[in-house]
Amino acid sequence: MAWFKKGKTEEAEPPKRSKVAEGMWLKCNHCREIVYRKEVDRNNKVCPKCDYHFPISVIERINLLVDLGTFKEWDAELEPQDPLQFQDTRTYKDRTKAQQEKTGRKDAMVIGQGAINGRKVALCVFDFGFMGGSMGSVVGEKICRAVDRALEGRMPLILVTASGGARMQEGILSLMQMAKTSAAVAKLGEAKVPFISILADPTFGGVTASIAMLGDVIIAEPKALIGFAGPRVIEQTIKQQLPDQFQRAEFLLDHGMIDMIVERKQLKEAVSTLVGHF
Amino acid sequence: MRDYLDFEKPIRELEEKIEKLASAESPKSGTQDEIRKLRTKLAQVEHQLYTTLTPWQRTQLARHPQRPTTLDYINELSREFLELHGDRNFGDDRAIVGGFARFNDRSVMIIGHQKGKTLKERMQRNFGMPNPEGYRKALRLMRLAEKFGRPIITLIDTPGAYPGIGAEERGQAEAIARNLFVMSRLSVPIISVVIGEGGSGGALALGVSDRILMLEHSVYSVISPEGCAAILYDDPSKVPDAAASLKMTAQDLVGLGIVDEVIPEPLGGAHRDPRAMCDRVAKALANQLYALAELPTDQLIAQRDQKFRKIGVVGGLVPVGA
Repeated sequence: MAWFKKGKTEEAEPPKRSKVAEGMWLKCNHCREIVYRKEVDRNNKVCPKCDYHFPISVIERINLLVDLGTFKEWDAELEPQDPLQFQDTRTYKDRTKAQQEKTGRKDAMVIGQGAINGRKVALCVFDFGFMGGSMGSVVGEKICRAVDRALEGRMPLILVTASGGARMQEGILSLMQMAKTSAAVAKLGEAKVPFISILADPTFGGVTASIAMLGDVIIAEPKALIGFAGPRVIEQTIKQQLPDQFQRAEFLLDHGMIDMIVERKQLKEAVSTLVGHF
Repeated sequence: MRDYLDFEKPIRELEEKIEKLASAESPKSGTQDEIRKLRTKLAQVEHQLYTTLTPWQRTQLARHPQRPTTLDYINELSREFLELHGDRNFGDDRAIVGGFARFNDRSVMIIGHQKGKTLKERMQRNFGMPNPEGYRKALRLMRLAEKFGRPIITLIDTPGAYPGIGAEERGQAEAIARNLFVMSRLSVPIISVVIGEGGSGGALALGVSDRILMLEHSVYSVISPEGCAAILYDDPSKVPDAAASLKMTAQDLVGLGIVDEVIPEPLGGAHRDPRAMCDRVAKALANQLYALAELPTDQLIAQRDQKFRKIGVVGGLVPVGA
C-alpha cells in the first residue's frame, strides 16, 4: 500500500533529485553542493564532495557491471497490456505509451546475459525512469525468464533494483508478481545457483518485500533509500519525525538487513569476487 | 445492536419503523398488517441493495466492525485449537494468530490475521496490521506444520503490513519476502481464505497457496482504494472510483484468474449470520483439502509453482529459448 506514495511524483518523469540539471554544473541531491558536471560523470555519477551516488541509466548500469560488448538482451519485445482497463486521470494505455516513447523501452525491466571478468551471468536491471521502476506483469515475467535461463545455464543471477514498488495500474496482478518472482528465486536456491541482489536508490514497497531482499548476498549503494513503506506514509501513520538517515543503506546495514555497502567504482570487482566463491 | 454502514440507511430506517410499531404500548388495529407490509418491503430493499453492491460498498462490508474474525472462524470450525506464540527472535505479534487445531478430525495448522472487534481489542491487535515478528511467527508455524506433514489453512484479513519505524528496523520487507519465498516451496497443502480485507503485501505474506478462496464480500488489492485515490487522483472523493478501478472484489478476481472459489455470504454480509458463514467456509475448506490431500508432494509443489508462474498479462510473448 504505502510505497506508492513515492511513485506518484516520480511516475510521469524521473524524480527531480535524480534529474541531472542541464549545463556545466549540477546540484547534489544529498549535500546540496554545486558540483562540476563532468567531474561527476567521470566519477561514475558519484558526487565528489559527499560520495552520493546519483541514479544512473540502465545502459550505464550494465556497462558498469559487465565486460565491454558482452551484454546480450533477452525478451526486449515483451510489452505491457491493460488487463484492468485501468483509468485514473489518464488511461494506463496512454501512460505506458508515453513512457515507452520517453525511454525507448517497452517496460521497466531489462534482462540479459553478460560476462563479469569473463564469468557468464544473468542480469536483471530495473529502469526507474519507466513509471518509477514499478513492477507489473512484464517486469515479473522478465525476472522469471532470467531465472529460467540462469537455472538452465547455471549462471549466477545479478539483480539491480530501483523501484517504487508494485504497479498500481495492474492491480492484483502486480501484487502477485511479488509471489511469482519470489517463487522463481526459491527454485534458484534449491538448484544452488547464486543470486546477488544490488539495491540502488530508491528501492521500496513490493519490490523490496519480494526479490530485492532475497539475494544470497545483498549489496546496497551508499546512501540509497531502501524500505518497505515510504517515509511519508510512516510519518503520517506515527505522526512523528523520522530519525536522521532512516531507511538509508547505512541504516539497513546497521540493522543487519544487508550484507554490505559497496561504492559504485568497486561494484563490479565486488560482484566478481563474490561469484568466485559460488 | 447492529452497526449500519452509510449505504445501509434505507434498511436502518425500515427496521426502526418496524421496531417502533412492534414495541408500541397500545397497538392500533392494523398495526400487524403495517408491520407485515414493512417487512416485505424490507426484504425487497435488502435484496436489491445487497445484490447490486458497488466495489466500494463491498470494501466497507469487508471492513465491517462486526465481521467475523480469524478467531471466530477458528473457534467455530475447529476443535482443540491451542494458540502458539512468538517468533523466537523478537516478540509475539498479536496481529497474527496461529496454532494446531483439529478440523474434521484432521490435525491442521491454522494461521490468520486478527483484527479484533472492540476498540480496545483492535488496538491490542494493531488493527490487524502485522509487524515483522508476526510474519516470522507465521513462518515458524508453517515450517512446524511442514515438519509434521500437516496441511496449512491461512485466513487473510488485514489492511496491510504496519508502516512504522520499528517495522522497518526489524525488516518488514525481508519478513514478507521470506514468507513468499518459503511458502512457494512448502511440501504440505496450503489453502488461503480471504475473510475480509486482503491488504497488499501484508496479506500476500500469508497467501502463497495452492488454493485461494474469497468470501463474497471480501476484497484483495495491491493498494487500498484510499491510497490509490490519494496518489492517482489526489482527491479523497475519488475513493469509490479507485475501488472500482482496482478490480479488487472477489468477483473481479475470479475473472482475473487469481481466485479459485468464492464462498457466498448470508444476505447483508458474514456478520449477519456468522454461524452460517462458518459452516460455508468449513465446507469449502473440507472440499479443497480433500482434493489436495490426494496429490503427491512433488506434484503439489509443481502445481503451486505453475499457478503463480502463470499470473500476469504480457504482450509480445515469445517462448523461452526462441
